[in-house]
Amino acid sequence: MGNIRTGLKNASRRKFLQQLALWSGGTVLAGGAVASALHYEHKKKGAAHIKEIADHVHQLKINEEALSELQRRGREGISGKRWIWVIDLAKCKNARRCMSACQQAHHLRPEQSHMNVLVMQASEHTPAYYMPKPCQHCDNPPCVSVCPVDATFKRQDGVVLIDNQRCIGCRFCIAACPYNARMFNWIEPLYAKEDANMEYNVELNLPQRKGTITKCLMSADRLREGKLPYCVSACPNGVYWFGDENEDVVTNGTTHETMRLSELLEKNGAYQLMPELGTKPRVYYLPPKDRSMPVKEEDKKIANESYIILKVNGNTL
Amino acid sequence: MNVANEKMVHDLLKPIGYGKGFLIWMSFLTVALIACLYAYTIQLKVGLGVTGLRDYVSWGIYIANFVFFVATSLIGMLISAVLGLTQIKWASPLARIAEIISLAFAAVAGLVIISDMGRPDRFTYLFLYGRIQSPIIWDVTVVTTYVVISTLLLYLPMIPDIALCRDRLTHVPKWQRKLYEILAVNWQNNEQQQRIIRQGVKTLLILIIPVALAIHTVTSWLFAVTHRPGWDSTIFGPYFVTGAFVSGTAAVIIAMYVFRKIYHLEQYITFDLFDKVGKLLVLVSLVYLYFNINEYLVPVYKMKHADAAHLHELFQGRFAILYWSVQLGGLLVPIILLLFKPMRKPLPLFVVAIFVIIGAWFKRYLIVIPTMQHPFLPIQNVPIEYQIYKPTLIEVAITIAPIILVLMIITILSKTFPVLPVQEVESHEDN
Repeated sequence: MGNIRTGLKNASRRKFLQQLALWSGGTVLAGGAVASALHYEHKKKGAAHIKEIADHVHQLKINEEALSELQRRGREGISGKRWIWVIDLAKCKNARRCMSACQQAHHLRPEQSHMNVLVMQASEHTPAYYMPKPCQHCDNPPCVSVCPVDATFKRQDGVVLIDNQRCIGCRFCIAACPYNARMFNWIEPLYAKEDANMEYNVELNLPQRKGTITKCLMSADRLREGKLPYCVSACPNGVYWFGDENEDVVTNGTTHETMRLSELLEKNGAYQLMPELGTKPRVYYLPPKDRSMPVKEEDKKIANESYIILKVNGNTL
Repeated sequence: MNVANEKMVHDLLKPIGYGKGFLIWMSFLTVALIACLYAYTIQLKVGLGVTGLRDYVSWGIYIANFVFFVATSLIGMLISAVLGLTQIKWASPLARIAEIISLAFAAVAGLVIISDMGRPDRFTYLFLYGRIQSPIIWDVTVVTTYVVISTLLLYLPMIPDIALCRDRLTHVPKWQRKLYEILAVNWQNNEQQQRIIRQGVKTLLILIIPVALAIHTVTSWLFAVTHRPGWDSTIFGPYFVTGAFVSGTAAVIIAMYVFRKIYHLEQYITFDLFDKVGKLLVLVSLVYLYFNINEYLVPVYKMKHADAAHLHELFQGRFAILYWSVQLGGLLVPIILLLFKPMRKPLPLFVVAIFVIIGAWFKRYLIVIPTMQHPFLPIQNVPIEYQIYKPTLIEVAITIAPIILVLMIITILSKTFPVLPVQEVESHEDN
């Protein structure tokens, strides 16, 4: 009898301990998940408040010891700045100097366009227009959310960069980006041999590496020197305005004219690309009205075809 | 043990051993595997550029194959756990076949994903720098867990049978006897041991349900967490899980048929068993059909601009032939055919299952590729191979490699251990 009772007692104690272990284990796991998710959200939100971010800069540094000085400051960004981009579609004549300047700076292949000038058509009976499309450097970047190894990240100054020493080449970010802003080094990069001995600069993403992502960096290396991005300076037609949201000032890359950002956006009815997705782009577009140059006939055809691919003849379905 | 039982044990243990047929089959698989691995070395050297993947369609048949593998691996959970825990007795002889398939597909799924990585040398970064926000980390975690539980769920109930092999199979090579001896962990078939196994198995059966749901739900989230038309769906989790049961059940049917023929188990893998699994396939296919209707009909009704382009391509565009072949030949027609009893006999069911499993593979192709072919912004300023995805020969070879590996694992397991659980068949016969 006594034996049975002790046996029962032991059994119930064992059961209790088992359950305790199970519950505490579960709680720790769930707690850890929630905590790190909150931490991440905090980081993202922090990007919109410089002061807050300044307090948390040390949290942003990941594995600092393991990173080179270039990487460390590249991941941190330029404090006090919130870079902003305004693209005036009325001015774009499809000169494509932005594209070539960018490809030259980042040693890209001709089919790799961090900055891509597209011929667009919004709907069936609206006119075609040229639309330079860089990475939108979203404040809620889907690419950063899905990256499994923190290879792509958002800096305090708003720039989204890619660290090709960390990238594992899973291409989840390509799948996640609704703007097709990301490219992959499918084969050995163009200047792999020439660049082999260069120290890796995360702000320029050079040397490019096979099997890793490359993308528009807002010319973070130029921003550090106080210069305008490569593409912005290369434009002959005054398409690009670039500046600091905190100062509310943007500068035109061609004319070097300076304007208040808020005024420029308001006067021209600025808009963003697919704002309904909630990505919060840092690139604004000014609509293509009173264009300085008509769209070429052959480009109109491309725009129309591009639109038709996205179009469905309602009658057949 | 009576005479009938004695014969049964003899029959069930008879296929064990590595005969001529085994060696020929395995050499064939090995040669094929080496050829495929050679293709992978080319990819390692040159880069993923040897595939048809480019910046727009950047996930292709590797990812489709991965989804297919994870899907098929879910069958162990359905047969052992769901049917097992609900005391559906007829399914219990199939538990081991289902677990072997689960383990083989789940274990190889991890390799499939590595073949898609641009930098496989940095695989360890997932553990060194893993960020819990990324569904890839969730996937790695749950797939690993699932492989561990599946291994245990194959092994634990098999211990009595391993002990049987240890005691009965005296003619096998020495290393094999040693293997049985170690794996049988001194099984004496006493009450206490039986109780431990019963409890252990029950715990595993309960554990495996949420884990199995998690692996395929998380796999579906690799797509559903993006904004892209065709992936941006709230029902992707259950849609994937129900689809998984279809391909898994088909895989079990194929394995049943092949084992029955080659291992001469006609007496134990009965017509009745085929009939019941046939009905199970109808059931899971109907559930999957229901999710298909939801997944396609609702967006079709609304025809949002971006969705419309995607659906148009599937229904009457470039992917139409494949889409309708898969939906009709791999889902609707099998459902209708299997409603008739003669179609649930071994051979016709086997043929239908082959159509279903091929359809299941191409369904994953249709989930992954057409969506990437239709981004929100037009594809411009790139060469033609960037605009249309065409898998290359090297890519196809690298995709076949994991399938060969799965066949090898299944072959080796089924030649080393009895594919039917002796005890279950015993109690089945008694009933």
